[in-house]
Parts: sequence; C-alpha cells; structure tokens
Amino acid sequence: MSKYTEDHLRVELETKEYEYGFYTDLESDTFPIGLNEDIVRAISQRKEEPEWMTDWRIEAFRAWEKMIEPEWANVHYNKPDFQAISYYSAPKAVDPNKTLDDVDPELLEMYKKLGISIDEQKKMNNVAMDIVVDSVSVATTFKKTLGEKGIIFMSISEAIKEHPELVKKYIGTVVPQKDNFYAALNSAVFSDGSFCYIPKGVHCPMELSTYFRINQAGTGQFERTLLIADEGSYVSYLEGCTAPTRDENQLHAAVVELIALDGAEIKYSTVQNWYPGNKEGKGGVFNFVTKRGLCEKDAKISWTQVETGSAVTWKYPSCILKGDNSVGEFYSIAVTNNFQQADTGTKMIHLGKNTKSTIISKGISAGKSQNSYRGLVKIGPNADNARNFSQCDSLLMGNNCGAHTFPYIESKNTSAKIEHEATTSKIGEDQVFYCNQRGIPTEKAIALIVNGFSKDVLNKLPMEFAVEAQKLLEISLEGSVG
Amino acid sequence: MLSIKNLHASIGDKEILKGINLEVKAGEVHAIMGPNGAGKSTLSAIIAGNENYEVTDGEIFLDNEDISELSPEERAHKGVFLSFQYPVEIPGVSVTNFMRTAINETRKANGLEEMPANEMLKVIREKSELLEIDRKFLSRSLNEGFSGGEKKRNEIFQMAMLEPKLAILDETDSGLDIDALRIVANGVNKLKSDKNAIVVITHYQRLLDYIVPDFVHVLYNGKIVKSGTKELAYELEEKGYDWIKAEN
Repeated sequence: MSKYTEDHLRVELETKEYEYGFYTDLESDTFPIGLNEDIVRAISQRKEEPEWMTDWRIEAFRAWEKMIEPEWANVHYNKPDFQAISYYSAPKAVDPNKTLDDVDPELLEMYKKLGISIDEQKKMNNVAMDIVVDSVSVATTFKKTLGEKGIIFMSISEAIKEHPELVKKYIGTVVPQKDNFYAALNSAVFSDGSFCYIPKGVHCPMELSTYFRINQAGTGQFERTLLIADEGSYVSYLEGCTAPTRDENQLHAAVVELIALDGAEIKYSTVQNWYPGNKEGKGGVFNFVTKRGLCEKDAKISWTQVETGSAVTWKYPSCILKGDNSVGEFYSIAVTNNFQQADTGTKMIHLGKNTKSTIISKGISAGKSQNSYRGLVKIGPNADNARNFSQCDSLLMGNNCGAHTFPYIESKNTSAKIEHEATTSKIGEDQVFYCNQRGIPTEKAIALIVNGFSKDVLNKLPMEFAVEAQKLLEISLEGSVG
Repeated sequence: MLSIKNLHASIGDKEILKGINLEVKAGEVHAIMGPNGAGKSTLSAIIAGNENYEVTDGEIFLDNEDISELSPEERAHKGVFLSFQYPVEIPGVSVTNFMRTAINETRKANGLEEMPANEMLKVIREKSELLEIDRKFLSRSLNEGFSGGEKKRNEIFQMAMLEPKLAILDETDSGLDIDALRIVANGVNKLKSDKNAIVVITHYQRLLDYIVPDFVHVLYNGKIVKSGTKELAYELEEKGYDWIKAEN
C-alpha cells in the first residue's frame, strides 16, 4: 500500500548515504543501535517527512531524554537497554525458498485451530504467496467504498505527506509527546501506524482494518495510530490479530490517539496476542502502550480489548470525557498464563457535565502469572451529574497465580455517582467434575467456564472477531489445568 | 446393566465403602436408602468417576465392561448420568449452550456428527415441555440464581436431553416442595424405559411414592446391609434407621 517501503529505504540508505552525512557505515538494512538526535532525524528523513514533523520528533526525544522509566506498575522485568536497540529496521523480505513446512509446527497447529487461511499463514511467516486474486479485489473494493464516503484510511507516514493539515492539527493533542516515558519514546521514533479520518456525518460502512489483519501484524515496534471521527460520524476500528505473533523486537511501545468530535462515536477493538515467552518465562514481548481518546460534546468512545499475549503488558486505554453528555466505555479481557504479567485497566476522566463511563474488566490468571487491574475514575469540579460504573472480576486457575485490583477514585464534584463492584473466583474442581460428568472433557470445560466468565466483554466485540477471540481464550489456557 | 463387585473406596485414610455388591438390570429402578454418612453420595460419585475418592478394591461394570479405570467423561459417553445433590453454578454459560456442548461432546466421542441446530432446538422444546420448563429458563446461566427446585428440575432436564443408560439420582428430593417433587418425579417416570435403569439415592421414603422402585437397598456404614422390595422402604419409614443400626 505505501509507496515508500522499507525496501526503498534500504536501497536509499545504501546508495545515498552521504547525502545525509550523519552516518557513513550503513550497509545493512538496520540502523545502528542506540538513540540520539541524529537517529531521530534520520528516521524522519528516511520517511521524507516535512520539517514540522521532524521538529516534533526532536522535541519528543529531548523530553524523553530527561524522563525516567516508570516503576509503579505491578510488573517485574529487566529494563530494556534503550541504547542497545536499533530504532529502524527494514522488514524481512520474502524468502523464495521458504515454505510452510519450514514453519514451527506448533504455530501451524495454532493457526489451524484459529481458522486462519493458508494465504494469511504464509504472509505472517514471510512465505512467498501465490497470486491471490481474492484479496486483491477485496482491497480494491474496500478502498473504493471508503473513497466514495470521503473516508481517509492509510498509513500514518502517507498521511503526514498527503494530509499534513489533519495530522498536524491532531497529533499529540490527546497523548502529548511528554505524556509519559514510552509515549515520548514513541513520539520520537515511531516507525509507522495507521491514520483514519471519518468526515462529518459519515457512518463508516465497514469494520475498519479487518481485512488489514496481516498488514497490521507487521507494523513494527513503535506503532502510532491517529483516528479522527468528525462531528456526528461513526467508525468501528479493529486492531491486532488473534494469530500468535512472534517478533524479535522485545520492546513494543505504541501510541493510539482517538478524537471523537461532537456527536461522533468510535468503537475501538483490539485483540493482542504477541509472543508471551515460553513456559519457563524466557523471552516474550514487552508491550507498553499508551491509548487515549478524547470525547467532545455528545461523543462516545468505546474501547474493547482482549489481551492474551506479551510477557509484560502495561496498558490503560483511557477516555477524556471533555464534552457534556459524552460517554466512555472500557471492556477488557486480560488473560495471563505461565509467567506472564499484565497491569492493565483504564482511566475515565470526567470533565463535562452529565458524562457517563462504564468499565467492565475480566482478568483471568493461570500458571504462575500475575494479572492486575488498575483504573482511575476522576470527576472534575465542573462534571455535574457524572456517573461511573465499574466492575472488575478476576478468575483464578490453580494456586500459583495472582489477581490484583487497584481502583483509584478522585471526585471533585459532589453530584457524582460512582459504583465499583469486584469479584474474585476460582475455577472449582466441582465445576470441572460437573462438566466432565456431562461428557465435557476438562480442556473444553475450562474453555466453557472462561467464555462464560468473559461473556459480557466478548459480546462487545464485532461478531467475527468475537468468534476468533473465543477460540483464542481456549488456546491461551490450554494445558493450564492438569 | 450395572454390576458392582466388592467395591471398597476411601477418601484419604478413611474407608467409606467397605465391599458393595449391586446388580441393576435394564428396565429396573433401584432405591438406595440409608442414614447420613452411610456412603450413599460417595457411591454415586464413584460410579460417576469422581477422582477425589480412591477405589481400593473391587470393580464396576457397565454392560459387562469394566469402567473402573475410565475418566468421568468417558463414563458419561457410555451412558452414565449423575443428577447432583448440589448442582454447581457456571456463570455466563446458558443452560442451552451447556447442553449443546455436552450433547455434541458425547456424540463426538461416539463417532457421530454434531447435532444440527434445528434438531437440537426441537429436542430442547420437547424435553422442556416434558418437564414443564419455561423456555426462558433455558437462556439463563447454568444454575446461577436458581431456586433449589429449579436446580433439580434442570438436572432432570439434562437427563432427558442426554438419554443415559444408567441414571443415578442423588438426593433429588432434597430441597423440593411437594409440587416440584411431583413434576420432577413425573419427568423421571416418563423417561423410564426397558432400555435404561435408574438408581435413586434418598434419605426419605417420600420420593419413592412417586418413583416406585423395584428394589430397595439399605446402605449402612459402607455396606449394603439389607435388600428387598418397596415394602422395605415403608418398613424403614416406620421403624427409622435406628432399627438398622441396632441390627448391625
């Protein structure tokens, strides 16, 4: 899709290196390790970005340099050495000699269970594909339909070039460059991501990015998404992939900004299944994400997430309910198994009058994992009649895992109504025996119980995603009860 | 159909069953009565394959096949059904979804295709009418917030859906008022045939007015100490369990 691919970049780096003069030893397709202003500038220049974008990145970098990595989350890991990472690498090219037979059979088995097509499997594993007439035509129809409605949907690198006025106006307005350590890092070095603009009054006729599932999987470690729903518009956006995603980049720090203008509605659904590390807790992706949405008057933002992957997850999709009568929702399922750690939740910041928020969080912990819900409900002094309802349920499997809940409430307005409910339960042997007695084997029984537990959130996902997510829960917990 | 030979079982160090012998033929209804702590529920749990108990001696045959080593689900696939004294709750899983999963897992184990959705709906409709169950009930989460009577009726509904060869009803009468008892018993009677067998475990004679047994056994201290016809149940009701205790 993008006109300027990383392959072009590699060629350019090899042939025109002197032109930029900042570094002379660039024979590989990867930037040298380490981070400094030159690297930031180089990324921006490779992407042919305008000066304002470069300056914006530099500003972020300078802020990041002065920041320290946060330690308040309930997770433990060896901090990445930020000077030991290469901040730009070209994706692996298709290997003409590779076939699906060369792919880890365990991975293939999982694809099969999830019902992922052969073509998609090939694409995910850098296996050369046959000519796929179908997907090409789908892409064409997709683009045409969106184009007719005036919807802009493209990579953020393209958008910076083609719609600089929109990007410039909105980028960093919800998640400022200096927001936090990882957001600052992302702002300085973001590789690519998606940009979406829905014009006034337009109801986006399709779930955005379902078809892009695979492309999404390869967007790199510093992804940046900017989504703007103009007045009275509606969009449902799907991010991520149920298929297991292995990535050599251990650190992922994405930023997602949503802007819902007056009367607009954004439904943002995520399924995250990054490599969680092996059963002994070795390896796995660190996923440190900043996701936030801004609601103007009468607007609504709904976050739905199913988190099953990553070794460490640090993620709090949030809503700033700035406009009167705006609505924020957060529906989350977080599964941790083996040695995984998740610290996830949301922030609902009520600023406008009659603002409403709902939080439904379902944490499932198995193995030796730790699963934390962390949420903030904040009611500003002008937020008359603000309402929040939070429900945090934890399900434990076995005796070696942990579930934690950290709800924070700050209210500066006496008319606010805040409700919080929390439960912790354990899958009981008696439940499993009951299922067994009815002919349901243990693995299936666990899946049934877990799906029942997660139902309120699964129901919020778009249909096709929900079916996959359900299977994913089943697979993620396989072998966790013996 | 069911043949239990010299069954000994314990939980931890405690021996609960001390040599049970029982023969149940197709078409028969057997009642097992006895005072609290006699081992009635243990016997039903062991027949169903509950692994919390250790079988230390003896065998359990179903249709001449030794099922002692089979997992609970394998026994279920062969037609063993247990109506639980305390049915468990599974939040978020509807009765319909639970039954669909149970039926299809059983069919899969027996080499059959999944039951088509329209057929499933038809069977559900028939069986729920049989047990006078409101269809709205079927979309509720399994046993969650059910009254005692609803839980037991739901157990018998599941029995109707799964059509087991051998059904063990563990204290199905406990927690039932007289109307619910009648509905449940009527349901069981309608499901009775010459192809299946029913073992009713109960403390009181009351249920046996509705589900009339061919044989009655008295379990005491881990052994069957007396067997007879339904008259034995009346005698027990009259004389109380002290009569049995005194004799043993």
